[in-house]
Amino acid sequence: MIKKRTIRSIPQKRTPVRELDPKVRVTNFEEVNCGYTEPEAMLESERCLFCPDPKCIGGCPVSINIPAFIKKIGEKDFRGAYDVITATNLLPAVCGRVCPQENQCEGVCVVGENLEPVAIGRMERFVGDLAIANNWVNLPFIEPAKYRIGIVGSGPAGMACAADMAKAGCDVTVFEAFHLAGGVLRYGIPDFRLPNTVVDAEIEKLEQLGVRFECNTLVGRLFTIEQMIEELGFHAVFIGTGAGYPSMLGIPGDSLNGVLSANELLTRCNLMAARNFPDVDTPLPLGKHVVVVGAGNTAMDALRVCQRLGAEKVTCVYRRSKTECPARAEEVHHAEQEGIEFHWLTNPVEIIDDGAGSVAGMRCIRMELGEPDDSGRRRPLPVKGSEFEIETDQVVFAIGTNANPIIGQTSKLKLNKWGYLETNAELMTSIAGVFAGGDIVTGAATVIEAMGAGRKAARGMKAYLGLRDVGPVNDAATLFGIDLSEHNFNRIRA
Amino acid sequence: MTREDYSDVTYMLEIHHPLMARAAKPGQFVIVMSHREGERIPLTIADFDAERGTITLVIQAVGKTTLEMQQTCRAGTSLYGMAGPMGIPSNPGSAKKVICVGGGLGVAPVYPQARALKQNGAYVIGVLGFRNKDLIFWEEKFRAICDELIICTDDGSAGLKGFVTDGINQALENHKDVGEVVAIGPPVMMKASAEATRARGVKTMVSLNPIMVDGTGMCGGCRVKIGDEVKFACVDGPDFDGHKVDFDDLMIRLRRYKEEERVATERWSETCRMRMVDGKVVPLPE
Repeated sequence: MIKKRTIRSIPQKRTPVRELDPKVRVTNFEEVNCGYTEPEAMLESERCLFCPDPKCIGGCPVSINIPAFIKKIGEKDFRGAYDVITATNLLPAVCGRVCPQENQCEGVCVVGENLEPVAIGRMERFVGDLAIANNWVNLPFIEPAKYRIGIVGSGPAGMACAADMAKAGCDVTVFEAFHLAGGVLRYGIPDFRLPNTVVDAEIEKLEQLGVRFECNTLVGRLFTIEQMIEELGFHAVFIGTGAGYPSMLGIPGDSLNGVLSANELLTRCNLMAARNFPDVDTPLPLGKHVVVVGAGNTAMDALRVCQRLGAEKVTCVYRRSKTECPARAEEVHHAEQEGIEFHWLTNPVEIIDDGAGSVAGMRCIRMELGEPDDSGRRRPLPVKGSEFEIETDQVVFAIGTNANPIIGQTSKLKLNKWGYLETNAELMTSIAGVFAGGDIVTGAATVIEAMGAGRKAARGMKAYLGLRDVGPVNDAATLFGIDLSEHNFNRIRA
Repeated sequence: MTREDYSDVTYMLEIHHPLMARAAKPGQFVIVMSHREGERIPLTIADFDAERGTITLVIQAVGKTTLEMQQTCRAGTSLYGMAGPMGIPSNPGSAKKVICVGGGLGVAPVYPQARALKQNGAYVIGVLGFRNKDLIFWEEKFRAICDELIICTDDGSAGLKGFVTDGINQALENHKDVGEVVAIGPPVMMKASAEATRARGVKTMVSLNPIMVDGTGMCGGCRVKIGDEVKFACVDGPDFDGHKVDFDDLMIRLRRYKEEERVATERWSETCRMRMVDGKVVPLPE
């Protein structure tokens, strides 16, 4: 019997993770966070208190049984840990890297009340990477269900829904408009944060489950959602097309050459590999001094991509302060380490023309924080007379996206006033059998939230098709969280 | 894929894609990727045939990708990727008399629109502009569907000597009841056509082809100024009201990657010159 752990008996500090030296890494696209080694992961697992009422599970959008997998790591049963995670989360190697853990599982970790929280994300990634290295796949026994499912979009929402439906025995086809599958994991998140090899590995796992990917297929235009149900023989459809329709600020000069959306920058760099131009054909000319507007994860990615592509100076401009910035803490920290300059409480008012249609500079105004707004964050207000100029020759907007209009243009699906798809609580749209989830329903959010929506839609889809939803099976050693040996136990306590 | 060459620089590819041939409508475009390391280029659909299952593209070899495709896209080969049909289809409208204007390569994409208008029962006047007689293509195809056809050449080597605007003016003089003009071609030509009709107040639709990456509304690279609004040509277009388009902005934005295009084309013509040997594409010997 292990001695019960207390907040005093566990290692007080988080096990640090090895990272590439900022000086070296700004010259390449290699992954910054090197991940835990086996002894590091086991050491960190000792920091979990195995709380009787674990808060972390509730903090996870897909309710991974976190203490159970940490326990398995501590027992050196890494395959067992993988089995626990994949009972609810398909992509541990991806989520361990890109989830904002500080707002989810780690944010509610009981250890975190007094010490640094348990490094759940790092341990999850350790298990995910080990699974890829050893080619572990949890291929359940699948009973064919005679249903055909069409998934529109191969991003995280589509992948999660595809996996669940394939496990339920359905014949699943995923349609992707780009020439490569993966959605935002492919075009958006750069290699130094999520290597493409990890995305490839996760897609391969889906293919092993029997999921087919059809690329170069623009649903809506090549065939419509209605045609999928009525003519192409799909019994149910899931739409996970994301929210990509980048916002521009709408200030003077935002159509100048040298002004682009973060989506365009990242797509050129990641999907089209423009950083290797002219070995590949897609160009990505870079300014000497790049300014990125916004401070979400996409902004951090854009900043760090520009730094790696060789910009002399890279600056972030954000209208609120660092406290309100929506990016993952680790990303801001890495960006700062890499020498990126931050102008907090600054808002652009005009991009200046060099006379030939290109960017010559940007005029900004300082902001101060007022009363909290609807989002609960303090509203930024301009400070009169505080305008100043930043010298720049390239401006990148990373200020969010709007709903992509293609599905709305080509189907009769009901949209809300912002153009996002309207769904009921089971994520079914206004057409029976057509489900939707992820950014196209909620607006821009995170990878794990999209995956959670994909899984939720799969549950709704199974109910719609009359398939039994097995759901996560209880750990054999416990039932309702009670140890089996105590399950029928009625001894009078001494 | 089958192929036909119209001149030293213009070639036609007919691509077998039955599903897309069935879905395509006039005014739409495709994104083509010729090989894995290639760029994604938007090309307006020049014709489609649902029965034969083909999509027709007419391409002018002007940059690295189109030059390379001229070398490698032979009958029987496949493209690495082609996605579409993209964009909102043209709305043929209710006009009883329409002028369809095609300039240079724009002659090809205006064809399906002219055909659709004809099928709708409109009186179709074709105005086609080329630099010289040798560059003319699809004259017969247009004759078959147009009630009147005016060919213009810059040097007067065939038809009317002058630009398409001269053809438009001639047609508007002869027909006072023209309800709509559809103009497709280089931005300068579309701008001139829109100016020619503005004074007469004839509705003029143009098809914009700015620089794109994805073609699905995701990157915003193709944004264009239409009146006071910013629109994405790939999902909000490609057809817009020619009297509202800011062509100067479009032309500046089209120059964005001029330098990179030059680098890529030079590098390609120096190092990757290809030739056909026994039906295979191989590099030229030193």
